[in-house]
Amino acid sequence: MSHTIPIHPDSDFKDRSRAILNNPSHRKNFRGAMDFLQEKRRGQFPDQDELAGLRELGATIRRYSLARLPQLLEQLEKNLTANGIQVHWAETADEANAIALNIARKHNARTIAKGKSMVSEEIEFNHAMAAAGIDAFETDMGEYIVQIAGEKPSHIIMPAIHKTKQEIAALFEEKIPGVAYTEDVDALIRIGRQVLRRKFAEADIGLSGVNFAVAETGTLCLVENEGNGRMCTTVPKVHIAITGIEKVVEKLEHVPPLYSLLTRSATGQSITTYFNMISHPRQPGEKDGPEEVHLILLDNGRTQAFADEQLRATLQCIRCGACMNHCPVYARIGGHAYGTTYPGPIGAIVSPHMLGLDATYPLAFASTLCGACVEVCPVKIPITDILIRLRNEAQARPGSAEASLRGSGAGRKALVSTIWKAWSQIYSRLGIYRLTSWFMSRGRDLSPSDQGAWTRCRTPLIPAPKRLRDLLKAKK
Amino acid sequence: MSARENILRRLRTTSTTVPALPDVANWYSSHRRNEDVTQRVTRLRTALEAVHTEVHDTTFTKWPDLLLSIAAKKDLRNLLIGTETPHGSKLEALQPNKLKLVRYEHAIESWRDQLFDEIDASLTSSRSAIAETGTLILWPDAAEPRLMSLVPHIHFVLLDVTKIHADFHSAMSAENWKDTLPTNALLISSPSKTADIQQTLAYGAHGPRELVVLLCHADGGNV
Repeated sequence: MSHTIPIHPDSDFKDRSRAILNNPSHRKNFRGAMDFLQEKRRGQFPDQDELAGLRELGATIRRYSLARLPQLLEQLEKNLTANGIQVHWAETADEANAIALNIARKHNARTIAKGKSMVSEEIEFNHAMAAAGIDAFETDMGEYIVQIAGEKPSHIIMPAIHKTKQEIAALFEEKIPGVAYTEDVDALIRIGRQVLRRKFAEADIGLSGVNFAVAETGTLCLVENEGNGRMCTTVPKVHIAITGIEKVVEKLEHVPPLYSLLTRSATGQSITTYFNMISHPRQPGEKDGPEEVHLILLDNGRTQAFADEQLRATLQCIRCGACMNHCPVYARIGGHAYGTTYPGPIGAIVSPHMLGLDATYPLAFASTLCGACVEVCPVKIPITDILIRLRNEAQARPGSAEASLRGSGAGRKALVSTIWKAWSQIYSRLGIYRLTSWFMSRGRDLSPSDQGAWTRCRTPLIPAPKRLRDLLKAKK
Repeated sequence: MSARENILRRLRTTSTTVPALPDVANWYSSHRRNEDVTQRVTRLRTALEAVHTEVHDTTFTKWPDLLLSIAAKKDLRNLLIGTETPHGSKLEALQPNKLKLVRYEHAIESWRDQLFDEIDASLTSSRSAIAETGTLILWPDAAEPRLMSLVPHIHFVLLDVTKIHADFHSAMSAENWKDTLPTNALLISSPSKTADIQQTLAYGAHGPRELVVLLCHADGGNV
């Protein structure tokens, strides 16, 4: 069963990060995994010109799709409905869960086989189903491991990336009846396969995410390697797909470039094992596939991002995870420290719309702004610009023009605001600036030795004995 | 107001500037390899073999014997075939005595346990393929249902080598997918796999453990 990781204020994020930084094994796992994924991605893009062209194409497709989002959602709904797929709309996580629960109740469902879906994590789907007495079980190997461990994914593509094979061996031995300890990865996968095959065969409903929803054809596209996604969307009598409203593209031909960018950026694969395109429920005469297919379109804060031209770029994301794989902060603290469903740079910019900036603003500060995420993002999201914007929103005066998001101003501190206001005054008036810098250089001995977080691991900041202006004057 | 109306209303209150429609076809035509059938076969084979797929060259008339010999080597007890397919009929006509041919005749609900627990392997055709990524394209239908390429441990696929496209975009354009997509269209590029345990690649996650591709070249017969 899933469990809720509450969203913590600033101190908890720092506490979690500190705890992980003090765990050498965890740090080693993440560093190794990130190096591996970076290397794999690099191997997929030997031709920098091709990469630049494909990224530009991918970014243009995503911008184009978002610019026409309301029309495309209506077109998608019309064509899906004509194809026999039932479309539902949910403004919140609770509404999405309620829709799924209604479908489950209509079919007297006891079990739901889940393919990998980050949106289902976002809405705490497993938890909501468990509360209604329905067993929603994960079938992606990584998600399965994380679920039986009672944890949350630490990476959006590789959920169990924080675990070693020894930890997984011990977990299987403890949680799966009749399983002996083995560190052999093939044997561990065989165990997972065996356990889950039986469960696929018996599941009442299959749940999946959606990678791309094609408006012109009414098609849901799913990307995967394991075959569990195909099991969930083919074996049970009912298939429920759930997706954020931003995943729609207009034309079928928009899919190949995005799919190529996704797999190459995510895991360094030229293509995944399966690309599963679903356009209808089971048709008369067909012998398998679900008799009902439902799509739940979820807002959950996405319309807030959409309303702002700069923040709208957040919705370009195709969930490849390359930004986290290349982030020096994520590589050190891992996914759990963030405390949100989506960790890393993309998590820092998308979570404020889902959970409010008041609950998530510390994440915007958990970045060196080095720009590695921007360099690798396959759809060219200006992540660092958005992080700076969110930092400003967090410090904005509530009710002011700068405070446009839910929770804006939550990080505002009177002392910090006063200091910045004074700083701005000093630097915009020449006379005051000269006077202040003169006093600063003369009064340098009065600099405090304890400068808060800065001096916790650095020497204190002390003004230079002579101003640059004085040094230049002496040189003449 | 309904959730639908609320969401659409919020989206519509924002004015957006729509960029020009992305010219995907132009990008692909300027980046596509112009290769002949032989080169495409080589590219496809290389990509498939790099991910644990068995690839065999054969012909439209010789593939049944090849398949039976591979099945014997793998000690297969049975093979799931479609209904009323030319290739299924061809195998049935041979009446193999060591390989039981099982037709996918009934809806899954009536024989689910048998499919999951007793079927060793399956044989399907493929619609076409993609050279660039080593990908088979399947459009399952009533005769060859979706689970045939998923549940059995070994999946044999027949491919007509003249139907290999350069890339995904050219496949969907040449075959006019946008007006004809079936219930389920599939791209398959290897046996099922996972690297979810410590980034170690393992084959046979939930779908087939083995993928065997029979490349059918012309010799006067048909698939």
